[in-house]
This record gives sequence, structure tokens and C-alpha cells, in this order.
Amino acid sequence: MNYFPDEVLEHVFDFVASHRDRNAVSLVCRLWHRVERLSRQRVFVGNCYALSPQILIARFPGLKSLTLKGKPHFADFNLVPHDWGGYVQPWIEALSNSRIGLEELRLKRMVVSDESLELLSRSFANFKSLVLVSCEGFTTVGLAAIAANCRFLRELDLQENEIDDHSGHWLSCFPDSCTSLISLNFACLKGEINLAALERLVARSPNLRSLRLNRAVPLETLQNILMRAPQLVDLGTGSYVHDPDSETYNKLKHTILKCKSIRNLSGFLEVAPRCLPAIYPICLNLTSLNLSYAAGIHGSELVKLIRHCAKLQRLWILDCIGDKGLEVVASTCKELQELRVFPSDPFGVGHAAVTENGLVAISVGCPKLHSLLYFCQQMTNAALIAVAKNCPNFIRFRLCILDPTKPDPVTMQPLDNGFGAIVQSCKRLRRLSLSGLLTDWVFLYIGMYAEQLEMLSVAFAGDSDKGMLYVLNGCKKLRKLEIRDSPFGNKALLTDVGKYETMRSLWMSSCEVTLGGCKTLAKEMPRLNVEIINEHDQMEIGSDEQRVEKMYLYRTLVGPRKDAPEFVWTL
Amino acid sequence: MDGSSRNDVCPQFLDLVPKERAWLVNRDEQRRRGLSEENKLELRLGPPGEDWSMTDNTMKNQRESSESLLSLGYFSPTTSMTQNTSINNSSSGSQTQMFSSSENPVGAVNLSSPWSSSAFQGKTQHNQKQTKAPSFLQVPSTLQSFPVLAQEASQPRCSNVVELQSAEKKAFSQSSAMTAVPNSSQKRTAPSPVVGWPPIRSFRKNLASSSSSRPASESQNAVADKVPCKKPVESCTKGLFVKINMDGVPIGRKVDLKAYDSYENLSSAVDELFRGLLAAQRDSRECGIQNKQEEDKAITGLLDGSGEYTLVYEDNEGDRMLVGDVPWHMFVSTVKRLRVLKSSELSALSLGSSKQVKVSSLESPRR
Repeated sequence: MNYFPDEVLEHVFDFVASHRDRNAVSLVCRLWHRVERLSRQRVFVGNCYALSPQILIARFPGLKSLTLKGKPHFADFNLVPHDWGGYVQPWIEALSNSRIGLEELRLKRMVVSDESLELLSRSFANFKSLVLVSCEGFTTVGLAAIAANCRFLRELDLQENEIDDHSGHWLSCFPDSCTSLISLNFACLKGEINLAALERLVARSPNLRSLRLNRAVPLETLQNILMRAPQLVDLGTGSYVHDPDSETYNKLKHTILKCKSIRNLSGFLEVAPRCLPAIYPICLNLTSLNLSYAAGIHGSELVKLIRHCAKLQRLWILDCIGDKGLEVVASTCKELQELRVFPSDPFGVGHAAVTENGLVAISVGCPKLHSLLYFCQQMTNAALIAVAKNCPNFIRFRLCILDPTKPDPVTMQPLDNGFGAIVQSCKRLRRLSLSGLLTDWVFLYIGMYAEQLEMLSVAFAGDSDKGMLYVLNGCKKLRKLEIRDSPFGNKALLTDVGKYETMRSLWMSSCEVTLGGCKTLAKEMPRLNVEIINEHDQMEIGSDEQRVEKMYLYRTLVGPRKDAPEFVWTL
Repeated sequence: MDGSSRNDVCPQFLDLVPKERAWLVNRDEQRRRGLSEENKLELRLGPPGEDWSMTDNTMKNQRESSESLLSLGYFSPTTSMTQNTSINNSSSGSQTQMFSSSENPVGAVNLSSPWSSSAFQGKTQHNQKQTKAPSFLQVPSTLQSFPVLAQEASQPRCSNVVELQSAEKKAFSQSSAMTAVPNSSQKRTAPSPVVGWPPIRSFRKNLASSSSSRPASESQNAVADKVPCKKPVESCTKGLFVKINMDGVPIGRKVDLKAYDSYENLSSAVDELFRGLLAAQRDSRECGIQNKQEEDKAITGLLDGSGEYTLVYEDNEGDRMLVGDVPWHMFVSTVKRLRVLKSSELSALSLGSSKQVKVSSLESPRR
């Protein structure tokens, strides 16, 4: 390999695309490390506190696309206090002070301020793509800066962010010269939108492929937009409400017939079900359908709609579809690969919306299924065993029984065997979320069989430290482990401290781990940040025997972070 | 990537792929090692509890299945495991079926048996009812192409699959019978409110209510039940707590709207909540000299614009609205937070930004 000039190596490395492969390449020898890092353009940082912007910039001077993740996953469920951290500002500052020509920034669970957005928009002449997922801390003022200053913006994708809406005028800030938009998603914005500006923007964006509107965009505007942009591939409707006998609705029906390219459909944040037939013609070609926000569509209408969607590969839906509806999905959507069923009534004591029967039906009808998120009222071992047999290709299996410690209602047994069957059968399983009544046995099975497992979410499960140890010992590829309300304590935490350096992070909340245990761990493993999150301010006087409310630890190159708030204590 | 080696990237990169047998042996050793390490921690692989009852019926079934089942060749049990299992055979535990290798001719651990036997075990006790078999009868055909145990012998496999098939049938006819009747044997108590459970994001929690408030979408959801909760911590089945802030008072309060049935009651509650706080503010501002004698001034006229303060709220669409226009129950279903503003500032605020945009859409050249 020494005989190849660097350019040849670089050319070869061009074909190595995935982050992991490139990371592996860089470990081979110094030469490869150098060639790889100089030619690397896309970098993924799974934990923004694992390194510093300076390290990143020094190593990858050719960086064009950066992905950063901030808060731990359980922050999605309000388990992480508001000001915990995950600020993007230092990153943008450092990048803007460097010579890096950033073109794409993708952030997840980070705190983004308006000034960060503004700095971003002014610092990189070639900036093309901003994707913000589950972020917060900014307003439409920041969006206006992006719109106004990024002359070659191709993608502005806002997914499920908390954005303070100050006015709808940010859309007008796209200059008339901006014609490069390919993707625009503002579905999560809660406020009003300047509809005229939106229509004009669409009209001058011939490359627009993906457009997701928020609920402030009425059907008339949708009609106008589709007239201008029949080439759309991905559409998220805004408010889909109108009188089905109206002129506008009729026009919409005809316009939709021209939109032959739509493959992804979402939205319907507000919906008049009688207007749904207009979209039946596009259902035939849909590969992805997200109706998980469409609480206004009831089971029977959902079923009618889905009967048209024979080519569906991804379906996100509410549980009001019911088991019967899932049977229809199973018989219609033979190409289904990903299914998510969300609860429409999370706190209600309602009738069982979906149960194990729906899941088994899906597993029978959709053998290509590899990703599942399923919220249900109950689950049985027998059903899980059947699912495991029918769908051995699961990569992601996330089951959430709404009553977190519910046993198999038929046998009153824990669900250990059912999940055991899943991990045994699905050899490619990378992500698993457990729920229901579970003992240490399920963890033994996971440790024994789930060899490819990278992420495990545990809640209200297990009997003793053994459970956690089975997993830590057995799952060699484990990267993220998050545990809440389970009886794992110091023995489980401290038996194999070296393991945590092979993982990205560990979250434990409401477990049996004590302050003393965490201190011991922090002392033995200086390259981990062991953070204790204690909102009740007892840390100073607390004894080592005191149980820790929330602990989050992660490996890092840069030691304790300096932006931790008062209630976070890095040991 | 081998499961057998550590996480070093380099050696794997250069390693020739080991023969399968060697790999299996490695894994086996590792499991033994792992298991003996576990033993050092005084782990007993017996079942944790003794509450799992096992009838003679199920025991017999399990033996049948364990004899016919394939052994997972590379999981030979350690001696300690078999010791444990003999102890456990006497105790009643469903999990013991897994390790009762004494019956098994091959002597290997039948880790597969729990999958079938648990299906049996639950169902043999409820054997009587055979309702209409649901569409799961398709399961048998797929079972043959997706066997759990991808092992050598085909004979045992077939019988295994057949057993599983009948287990499935029983399982599903049983479970469909169970679910058909909303019965009392299943616990239907409301799940008690747990922080961060179920694990869904905040904006998914209010879906049902925010859509039911729109007149266009027909919804039978009882509006009063599904009141939007700002904080997921509170249970939405009892008590609707919304934040209420008052101009000039930095600390907000929370009110339970379910405790009131009319605007008048709410108004007096607001008065009670803030009267003291307001007075305390005045006290602290004026160094508490004069005002100790003064009575706390009541906060009145919140609803009709006659008082010093006016009550407004933010609805589920993010708009600020005057309290009192809509019927009480409709108000409760759409309110997200409350605010007590100084009446003098009312006109200065944009009440409902929707008005602004409606103007602009009228201005737009296109319809």
C-alpha cells in the first residue's frame, strides 16, 4: 500500500461511504489515517460532548457535512431537565472561525438559538442544507435569517422541533433570487404563515421535491401549490379541511391527478375525512404514509384509505386503526418494511385499540417487516413467538405496552419468553425496546442471542443486578443503553467498567445506583463523564448511600463539560 | 464480525474468517466462561420465583417437545446449569422447562423449548374453548419457511413446527376469545400517571383533543376527558392543570380547570390565587412600610373588562383569546394556558395572530 500515491488511496476511499467503514479505514495505519481524514467530507458525531469542535476541525479540514446529536434519547419523554445542555452555538462559532466550508448541518436534540442560526447563515457561503430534528431554543426569527442569507439553500427540514412562532414572515425572507430549494419542511410550526409568500416561493422553485406544510396552510393554498409543483415527491398537507362539495375541492381532485410523482404522504394535522377520496389516486404509488398526526381520521376511513396503498413500505399510523385495520394492512401492504403504531389516547382507559392480534396479523402478511414501533394495550408471549418466527428480519423492534408492567394477560406470565424468541430469531436485531412484566430472564436471553444489538431501552424491568450484567456481558456491540425504574444497582454498574468505553452512553434513572457507586465509577474511568442530574439540590449534603435519581454517562475525549447547569454534577 | 473476539477493529480486519466450527467453539467457550464468571458472582440460573405454576399436563407436553426439539448444538450446558436444573425440576416454575435437560437425550440445553411450551402451558389450561380460528391459520404455511431453530435434523424440525402450529392455533383462538369479550380478568385499571410514560413526544399527547376541537372533523371523543395537558407529568384523566401567569408577578401558578364548572368560579379562583401574591409584591416594593395596614385588594372584573386586569388564554392553536366567549366546556377543551393581563395593555397586544395573516391572504393576488 505504500506504493500507491495518496490520490489513488483517496479515490479508493471515495467508495467507502459509511461512517463506520471510514472509521475502520482510518485505523489501519498512519498513512491511511491521514489520507482518510483529509478526504473526509461527512462526519457524524453521536454525542456532541464526546469531543470538541476544535478536535473535529483539526482532524477533518475538508468537512462539508456535520451531524451532531445532543441530549440523551430519554429527553424526548421529558426525563431530562430543560437546561441540561446540548448547545450548538460553540460548534457554529468554532466552525465559522475556521476555514471549513460547511454545507450541511444536521442536528438532533440540540439547543439552537436564533443567534446560532444567524451566525450559521452568515458564515458559510455555500451552505445548502439545514436539518433540525427535535431541537429547541429558536424562533422564526432565526429561520428568517437562514432564509435571507443562505443564497444556495436547498434544504430546510424542521422535524418535530419546539419553535416559538413570532410571525409567518420568515417565508417572505427568501429572496426572489432563491430558486434552489429542493426540500422545505415546516410542519412543526404552530403559527400562521404568509400564504402568498409560500405560493410565490413554490412557484420559483422548480427543483422542489419535498414540501411539508403546517396546519396553518389551508386546502385552497394546497391546491394552488400542487398546481405549481406537480413534480413533488414528498408532500405533507397542512389543514386538509374543506367542504367536499365545493369548487376548491373539485379543483384539488383534478390537480392531484397530475401529481404522479408523490411517493411520501404525511400531514393531515386537521382533516375532514370526507375529503380524503381526493388522494386515493396517489395512494396507488405511495411508498411511505404518515398519518400519525391525523387524529381526525377514524378507523374505518383509515382502512378505506389503506386499501388503496398496495406499494406501501413505510406506514406510521394511530392505534385507532385497530386490530381489524391492521389485518387490512397485512393483506394490502405486502411490501411493508417499517410500521409505527402510535397511541391516540395515551392516558385513557379506553377499549383496547390495538393488541397482540394486530401485530401477529402484520407479521403474517408482511414478511419484509424490519422496523417496528408498536404501542398496544397488551401483548402475549405466544404472539411474540409467532411474530419472531414470521419476521426474522427485524432490525428495530420497539414494543410499548401502555401499562408498563403488564404481564401476558392470558397466562399471567412475564413476557421474557416472547422477547427471548424475538432476539433468538432476529439475528440482525440492532435496536430493542422492552415493556411489560419482565424478569432477569429476558436479559439473559438478550445477552445470549442479541449479538448485533446496539441500542436497548429498558423500563420497569428485571429483578436484580444480574439482569443488567447479562446484557453488559453478552451484547458485544452495545452502544447505547438506557434504563429507567429498574432494580439495577452498584454491582451491575461496577462489575465491568471498561465496557462503558466501548459504548456511546448509558442512562440510568430511578434505579438502585447510589452516589457512592457513581463516584467509584468516575474515579476508575477518567475518560467517562459521569453526570448526576439531581433536580432537588441534595447533592452537597447527600451521602454515598443515597440513591441517584438520574445518571447519564458517556465516553469523551474532552473531560467534564463546562456548560453543565447547576443541577448537573459531573463526578 | 465475529462475536467471539473483542472489539478491536484491526485484528478482525486482518483475520481470516475462522472456520465455522472453531467460531462456534469459541463462542461456546466464551459462554461457558461468561457463565462461570456469573457463577462467581453467585448467580443462580434457577428461576427467580416460584409463582409460576405448572400442571402435570404442561410438564408432559414439555417433555414431548423437549425430546423432539432440536438442540442448539453449540450451547452445551455447564455442569452448574444442570445442577441447578435438577433442583428446579422439583419446584414449579415454567422456566424450568427450559433447563430440564435430564430428559433430553442429546443432553443439550433446549433453549428453544420455552417458546413452544409457554404457548402450550397457557393454552392447555384453557383448552376447552375453540372459537372461530382467526386469520392466523395462515401461520402454519409461513412457519415452515421461517423455523426458529435453523439446525440440522429435518425430522425433529417438522414435528417441532407442527407442535408449534397447534400451539399457535390454540394460542390465537384463545386470545381472540379473550379479547373479543371485554372481560374482567384483564386488568383495565387506568395506568397511574408516570413521568415520561408512555414514551411518546409531547406533541403526540394532545392529538386527540386538538383535532376534536375543530368543528370540521367529526369526533366522538368526549371533549371533557381529553383535555390537553401542558406538562405530561400530570395525569390527563384527573385534573386539568394549566399554567396561569399574571402581569407583574414573576412566579406563575397552576389551576385545575376541572375543579370549576363556570367562568365565574374560575375568576374567583384566580382572584384568590393572585391576590396574596400581588399584595406581597406591593409590600416588597414599598419596603413594607405602609401597606401592612391596607387590605389586600380583590381582583375583580376579569371577565368583563371592567377591572384592572383581564383574563386571557392561549388556545391549542397558539392564539391568544379573551376568556368568556365560548361555552365553558369548549373553553376547557382548547385552553392551554391562562394569563392575567393588565386591561390597559390589552389593545397593545395582538390578540390572535390569525387576524394578521387573514389580511395578507386577502391581499394576495392569487385566490
